[in-house]
Amino acid sequence: MELKNAVAGTLESGDIMVRIEPSDGGLQIGLESPVKAKFGRQIESLIRETLGSLGIENAKVEAIDKGALDCTIRARVTAAAVRASGKDVWKD
Amino acid sequence: MRNSKISTLEEAILRSGLKDGMTVSFHHHFRGGDKVVCMVMDKLAEMGFKNLHLAASSLSDVHAPLIEHIKNGVITRISTSGLRGRLAEEISRGLMDEPVIFRSHGGRGSAIASGELHIDVAFLGASSSDELGNACGYSRSENAKSICGSLGYALPDARYADHVVVITDDLVEYPNMPKSISACDVESVVVVDSVGDSSKISAGAIRDSKNPRDILIAKQAAKVVINSGLFEDGFSIQTGTGGASLAVVKYLRESMLEKGIKASFALGGITAHMVKLHEEGLIGRLVDVQSFDKVAAESIKNDPFHQEVSSIEYASGMHKGSAVHALDIVILSALEVDTDFNVNVLVGSDGVIRGAIGGHQDTAADSRLSIIVCPLLRGRIPCVVPRVTTLITPGSSVDVVVTEYGIAVNPARPEIKERLEAAGLKIVDIQALAAKAESMTGTPDPLPFRDKVVGIMMNRDGRKLDEIHAIG
Amino acid sequence: MMFVPGNNPGMMADAHIYGPDSIMLDLEDSVTMAEKDSARLLVYNALKSIDYGGCEMVVRINPLSTPYGRKDVEAVVKAGVDVIRMPKTETADEVRELEAEILKVENEIGCPGRTLIMAAIESALGVVNAYAIATASKRMMGIALGAEDYSANLKTQRTRGGAELLLARESIVVAARAAGIACFDTVFSNLDDMESFRKETELIKSLGFDGKSIINPRQIEVVNEVFTPSEKDILKARTIIAAIREAKAKGSGVIAVNGKMVDRPVVLRAERTIALAVAAGILPKEEQI
Repeated sequence: MELKNAVAGTLESGDIMVRIEPSDGGLQIGLESPVKAKFGRQIESLIRETLGSLGIENAKVEAIDKGALDCTIRARVTAAAVRASGKDVWKD
Repeated sequence: MRNSKISTLEEAILRSGLKDGMTVSFHHHFRGGDKVVCMVMDKLAEMGFKNLHLAASSLSDVHAPLIEHIKNGVITRISTSGLRGRLAEEISRGLMDEPVIFRSHGGRGSAIASGELHIDVAFLGASSSDELGNACGYSRSENAKSICGSLGYALPDARYADHVVVITDDLVEYPNMPKSISACDVESVVVVDSVGDSSKISAGAIRDSKNPRDILIAKQAAKVVINSGLFEDGFSIQTGTGGASLAVVKYLRESMLEKGIKASFALGGITAHMVKLHEEGLIGRLVDVQSFDKVAAESIKNDPFHQEVSSIEYASGMHKGSAVHALDIVILSALEVDTDFNVNVLVGSDGVIRGAIGGHQDTAADSRLSIIVCPLLRGRIPCVVPRVTTLITPGSSVDVVVTEYGIAVNPARPEIKERLEAAGLKIVDIQALAAKAESMTGTPDPLPFRDKVVGIMMNRDGRKLDEIHAIG
Repeated sequence: MMFVPGNNPGMMADAHIYGPDSIMLDLEDSVTMAEKDSARLLVYNALKSIDYGGCEMVVRINPLSTPYGRKDVEAVVKAGVDVIRMPKTETADEVRELEAEILKVENEIGCPGRTLIMAAIESALGVVNAYAIATASKRMMGIALGAEDYSANLKTQRTRGGAELLLARESIVVAARAAGIACFDTVFSNLDDMESFRKETELIKSLGFDGKSIINPRQIEVVNEVFTPSEKDILKARTIIAAIREAKAKGSGVIAVNGKMVDRPVVLRAERTIALAVAAGILPKEEQI
């Protein structure tokens, strides 16, 4: 899938900022989080799963987490992916 | 004057007979503005001392320069009640060979009095002193620079240390009145330009929290107090300084006015909130081990019914006369509470030390009712958990936990539960709270602790309570 | 009804803990154009996964005339929202257009008729058409006043006394009552002026509104205090209800309390008092009639 650079989310408490860039070498995920020790593994796998479900297999992802819950992470990753791929999940 | 004890810091140190391996002590009344600890440790390093035991009542961000003295072997042991900032971070990662000994304020007082924590030389910053060492946390002179109010945490050191050096930036005419530290306990007086950054010693009054979650928790906690059966004329109370605990005072005030109930005394760290109630006649006496803001520091200076107490008089478990034994209700915050009601206020969710015990253990143990105010989640960090990272206050002394998702009562206090339910408050199981938290955050992975022990948590009776392991 | 910006996950995560009767997640005015897509996804995922503890969930969508409106409908209907709030409603046709849009999505996921509609009336034309709007669809559960846009449309501005809103408020209450649906008053945005907020809430309660829109949890307590019946009122209502039950059991058509005849309006008022007391949590749910 053709991707362009895209960002979604904010750095407010409880949110996560997700940046997606094109890449050739599979999914590379960078995560910065205050809960990395306890939840880093789960957050990374959620990002992977969300992108996979949207058919994105090659991308560089940088996520700066501010304590977001799973539903927020899923939303922001999806929003970044929609912006990067130009394919909306809610088609007209 | 005859017998003046004025000397330079170096002379005072030489005169003290300090040797390698000995214990030096400090208080933390200058909080984030403190200059005394670093000033003295720099001098001791420069004079070639090694292997010292630093016994402070608390250490914070401002003490990060001590990291170098630890690396160079000047400091090899630390005892404290709190540890924050970069120093805490480095120690958590294994900076020191010897674990830090953590004690509550009351526990530290007891340990000093019993000799378990023997202090060779105490270096005590004071907002004013005369040439003989009558020292105080405020001053009636025009030149007062660094007012901190109560010197409660310094008083055990002054009384029990082998040698006491008072360090001040406001030398006043003899006799300094009133005094907290007596000249009879003091060997040297050192005058310096500044003992601390006054803007960071006493902030203006801590503002009321506008965080709706804090307000919700505070309102619920106030309802717990009001319906606990202990809210009657002459009750006594202590609150922590977190947003929610402070806000409780505001809602209690409304109820006190409405019902015509007055408190006999408020205890512990005193803030502008408590001073206001005292001045309105709603609280009879303020018993002050630490004055948290300018308003409290001014009040202790001017109000005869606002008095300083030492940490021993405040919270010692081994002194039956200590004030916590007369305390009815305490409202405390927490980093974590577990399903056995154990509390952690010291080690963060990432395993890094970032807190202070203060009087948590002491007041929870000896008060008639201890209430923990704590959100269920901070961001994605669950605060009601199956097991606390580090045990600071045993669950046997915790009675009620108030969160934004409900109130839990320790099963050991069925009468409290009954009274709260009778008042229409909904009581939930602490297990249900922990399960709710986990349903929102997911099950956390275990923290990557190593075998190395970086901290030992003492109970106030001198027994070891828990160990803190190195992280990462 | 508490307004929560739809692009603020921190506020969305625990909005229900403050005990509002309903939460309105906003995709319209509080979300910038550039963030409409991201906020929509956030609201969708929040509705799907957060346990709001039985609180009624409302989403304010963008108007169908914008590029966002239809996508908003698709997202929130799929997420299972209770109520869609339609902004700036001016005619009954607009409501029917929204209804058709909702039904399309509901049919796609196999749950036709699940989603209710609340229409916000925010213009002079909307006020004039209030009854037509209120009766435009079986899905209509309520109408609400949006005072900022309305007063701008009137070429006036909001005042503390609210004289400029009086006709709109009365029209909305009358239309809602005639249609048999609920009505909600507008927001009060000065958070530091609790006294005026209380006065306004008392005013709209006396006008007949069912509730007030709020923008911060701090306002909930005041609304609840104003809307919660007094102990005396509850006692009186219970006595009347008990008398009715007794009369029914006896098969008697005439009901009297303390020697006074109880007529239909008195009974209705008593029932409403009990319903409000149950809603406020001071009477158990079992007392609901």
